[in-house]
Order: sequence, then C-alpha cells, then structure tokens
Amino acid sequence: MSYLNDEKIKFLEEKANAVRMSIIEMLLAAGSGHTAGPLGMADIFTALYFHILKHDPKNPEWPERDFLVLSNGHICPVQYAAMAHAGYFPIEELLTLRKFGTRLQGHPHREKLPGIEVSSGPLGSGLGQAVGIAIGLKMDKKPNQVVCIMGDGEQDCGIVWESLMLAGKHHLDNLTVVIDRNNIQIDGMTEDIMPLEPMRAKYEAFNWHVIDLNAHNFQDINSAFEEARGIYEKPVILLAHTIPGKGIPEIEFDYRWHGNPPGKGPGDIIPQPEQGKKFLDELRTLGGKIKGEHQ
Amino acid sequence: MPTNPQMKLAENLLDLNTVKQEPTRMGFGLGLVQAADENPNIVGLCADLTASTKMDDFAKKYPSRFIQMGIGEQNLAVTAAGLSAVGKIPYITSYAMFSPGRNWEQIRTTLCYNNSNVKVVGSHSGVSVGPDGATHQAIEDMAIARPIPNMTVFAPCDSVEGKKIAYAVSKFYGPAYIRYTREKTPVITTEETPFELGKAQVFWFEPEGKKPDVAIIACGPLLHNAILAASALEREGLAVRVINNGSVKPMDEATIVQAARDAGAVVTVEEHQTAGGMGSSVAEVLAKNFPVPIEFIGVQNRFGESGEPNELIEVFGMGVTHIIEAVKKVIARKNA
Repeated sequence: MSYLNDEKIKFLEEKANAVRMSIIEMLLAAGSGHTAGPLGMADIFTALYFHILKHDPKNPEWPERDFLVLSNGHICPVQYAAMAHAGYFPIEELLTLRKFGTRLQGHPHREKLPGIEVSSGPLGSGLGQAVGIAIGLKMDKKPNQVVCIMGDGEQDCGIVWESLMLAGKHHLDNLTVVIDRNNIQIDGMTEDIMPLEPMRAKYEAFNWHVIDLNAHNFQDINSAFEEARGIYEKPVILLAHTIPGKGIPEIEFDYRWHGNPPGKGPGDIIPQPEQGKKFLDELRTLGGKIKGEHQ
Repeated sequence: MPTNPQMKLAENLLDLNTVKQEPTRMGFGLGLVQAADENPNIVGLCADLTASTKMDDFAKKYPSRFIQMGIGEQNLAVTAAGLSAVGKIPYITSYAMFSPGRNWEQIRTTLCYNNSNVKVVGSHSGVSVGPDGATHQAIEDMAIARPIPNMTVFAPCDSVEGKKIAYAVSKFYGPAYIRYTREKTPVITTEETPFELGKAQVFWFEPEGKKPDVAIIACGPLLHNAILAASALEREGLAVRVINNGSVKPMDEATIVQAARDAGAVVTVEEHQTAGGMGSSVAEVLAKNFPVPIEFIGVQNRFGESGEPNELIEVFGMGVTHIIEAVKKVIARKNA
C-alpha cells in the first residue's frame, strides 16, 4: 500500500473493469447468483488484491499475509474474479462457478479453494471470525492485518453487534471492516426493511473508528485504508458508499438485481436472454462514455 | 460382582453411602488445565459462565489465553472459528442449552463446515440440572450435534472420564462436542481405567460361561443407574452386560454389534430425549448390522421441569426400577 499515481489508478480502473466483465461472464455461465453486490464491490476488491493487501497468489498460506474475510459470502463472484485476475488460479476456472465439482462454491468454502480464509454465506458470521483471527494474531504479537468485508443488510443480524462489542473491548487496531453501504437487500431498500441509520453513530458508540468513503474512487479507497492503518487502540469501519450494479447503468441502484443473474431478470422484469451480452458490451465501452484504450 | 476387572472401576461403586460423588463438569476443569499445561495454543472462551462451566481454574492460571465473551453464544462459536484459523485450539463453554443450543448454525457453518479445531463444551445437560427448570435443561443437545459432518460427540459418565475426554480432544484436529452435567454423581471409573476416544467399554460382564440375556448400553452419569440395575437383575438370575458408550460419535460399532449378537436384546440409557440421541444412534447401527429388540430409556418427547435432580430422574422414567422394567420388557419381546 502506498501513494497512488495516475498510472496506478488507470491500471486499477482497467483491472476493475476486467473483474466486472468476469463477474457477468461467470453469472451467465452459472445461470444463478447475485449481480448487484459483486459489481458494486469490484473497485474495493480490485484495490485490495492489486494494491492494499499483503499477499502472495502463489503461496496462499504465506504466514506473513494479511487475512481477508468475506462475511457476505453471496458476493463471492467478485472475490473469485479478483483472485483469478491476481493469479490465484486460471481465469477460465471462473466459468465453473456454482457447478458440480467446482472449487468456486455458490458461497465460499475454506477447504475447497486456497486463499479463502473462512467459509461464509450465512450472514453475520464473518465479522466474529475476523475478530477471532485478529485476537489470535495479537496474542502471538504478529503484525498481520485483518480485513473483513460485510454487507449493509447483514447489519440486521444480532450476532454482528456481539462481534462489534468484542472487537471494541479488545482494541483490535489490526482489524479493518469494510461495509458495502449500497442501501439494498433482497426485499428492498435497507432503510425500509430495517433502518440502519445513523450508522456512524452506532459504530462509534461501540468504540470503533468510522471512515466514510466513495467506493468507486481509488484515491479515496486508498486514503481510507491508509487512515485506518494509522488508527491505534480501535478497530476501524470503512463505510464504503457503493452503487449496486455499478458499471451497468440500467441496473444501477435497482434492489431487484440483488439476487438475480443477467438474463434471468428480477421477478417482475421480463427475462431477456440477450441481457448478458448487452451488459458485457456496456462494460466494454463503460456505457459508451469512454475510453478507447479500455475496448 | 462381575464388574470387568480390566476396567479397574471404583471398588465401592455399588455402595451409594460411600461412593465418591462429583459433578462431571469438575473433570472438565481439570482436563482443560492439563491440556493447556502441555499446549500453549489452547485458549478458553466463555459466555459469562466461567465458574459454573468450570473454566475458572484455566482462566486464573492463563489469563492471557482466556477470553470473556459476555452473554453472546453465537459470537462465542464464530470467534473460536477465527482463532482456530490462526492455529489456536479454542475450548468454548456455556450451558449446553445455549451452546450448542442457541448457536447451532454458527457451529455447523464456522466450526464443522470450516472444519475448525474447536471444542464445544456444554455443561448443565439433562433434567438433573434440577430447580432451574426446562429452559436450562438441555435434552436435545446430542441430537443436534450428532448429524453435523466433521462433528464428534462425547458424553462422559463421571468426573474422571470427563477429565480424560477434555484432555483427549485436544489431541486430534477437528470440532468436538462434550456434554457435561451440573449435579454431583457417582465416580464410577478411576485414573487407571483404560480410555480411548471412539471405544465403547464393557463395564459389567455377564457371569462366566453364561450368555447375556440383555445388553444395557448407557452414556453419561446414568451409567451408574444401569450398573445398579444390572446388579439387581443378576440377583434375580439374569445375565447382564453393561456398556459405557460415552463416545457417541464416532461410535464403536463393533462392540455394540457384538453385544447385540451375544444378548439378542438391548436397552439404551441416556439423560436426553430418546429421539436423536445416543440410543437412536445405537438403533441405527443395529438396524443396519444386527437388528434386535431395543428399549429406550430417556426423556420421552417432553420438556423438563423444576425439581430435585433425583426426583426428576424418577419422574422422567430414568431410575433404576425403570431400567429393570425395560430389561424385562425387552427380554419378553426377544422371547415372544
């Protein structure tokens, strides 16, 4: 992790777009899975695997690695895609997502895929595991950092608040939690389903340091992680303001794309078999907005 | 008396006036400290019941390896999974009703699916918890722990075996559930009693040269009632074999099937719902290998209630006389 110059930012933007295209290709091949969350978190995962985390794709068990724990396991296509582009396994393997015999289970399984630290999917259970890892590292006076990715919807789970309390009690300054604040969950908008705000005040009351960031701006992402590393005696929450479905304008902000793959369409949208191809075209041209060199 | 001499059981175990009485959970506390003395990776996590679950000696001796979790049993399980991911061997304690009761899904996903090296310790199992009543009497815990892949399940019969199991589970990698009890109960075994995880042991043999009329297969402190019943039945001329089946999963199928072959009739005894527990597991093994008539001693599809421990054992049909009745009934079924 270091200062991002223009060249590095361009590199990360291109990688993030490649990750988004892989996500759409995987979901098309799988015929099921979640679309909005993985697209919204593509920039964060790209930043993590290509700039922020200390890791070695050829040696996933490297003792000096940082630990990445994905709590909202259903957005795993974005983690798988970022891992493949980073060199953990061949990019072609992404097309095995959710198929029998795959290492890329519908929700990630620790024992299947090297580089996955914990199995996850049932919401709320990732944070406590990350807290356990962080406490264990501190017991052994090890410098590794722990990053935990969570959804905003899973803040509904009671267990999350048990884990938040424990992390505050243990002053886990080796733990950074990224909350994907995309404002959607399966049944609708988070503030309609179960209001979460005021989020900052809640986490601060639980003895966490809170940083808001624009999760689609690499400079902002990088600064937030740098600030987090500078906080002592407290764990840090990055409230990552994301656009669900980011990169494909027609599905951005639409909660109905939370749990549906391209081509299947949400319940009240007529399925469009050509949708996947159209989404990929949009990503190739970034919605027709830009940029020759991305094509 | 035909207790198995190789088992080196307590000599006075039939004498209720002199037999030593201790709660099985006391053995847990000793076994944990013994394991922790040898292995610095062992850590202890407790959900605000450190003294009742007997984790207090460990917490005092190794304060930097003890984590007070507060009343958060779900977090208890998942935090332990995280600690296991960085090489620790966590023991997690609460009442069995709350762990593995309240946190079952976290145990399934983060301990068992993850294949974490975490030992789940549930104290206060059974109706013998007594006055606290049904909310705190775990009698479904083995039924929910047993079917989960990777999970192992143990039910020690006394404090001495409880100590040995607490120590032994630290020696293998993987999740384990051990059920302990609150009340003082007779100490059946001794330090010299041979012990191996996964083995059932014959504690009481039929008289030499006779075939057993019945095999009583028991786990937990009720094993003592099974032995008292065997002693009474022997005085009536019946030949009985009593097996300590505290390793509920993995179960020692060979010893169980051999007992069914030799006796042709089985009674299972456990302080647990008869649905889904140790007896059900015995029935699964025998149905597949050597079906014989079985009677099940345990709680019959009821919730517990407040009362004195011994009183509740009688009310819920798990006393010595109930075992004797079940033996006679199963022998009659065999001979019908």
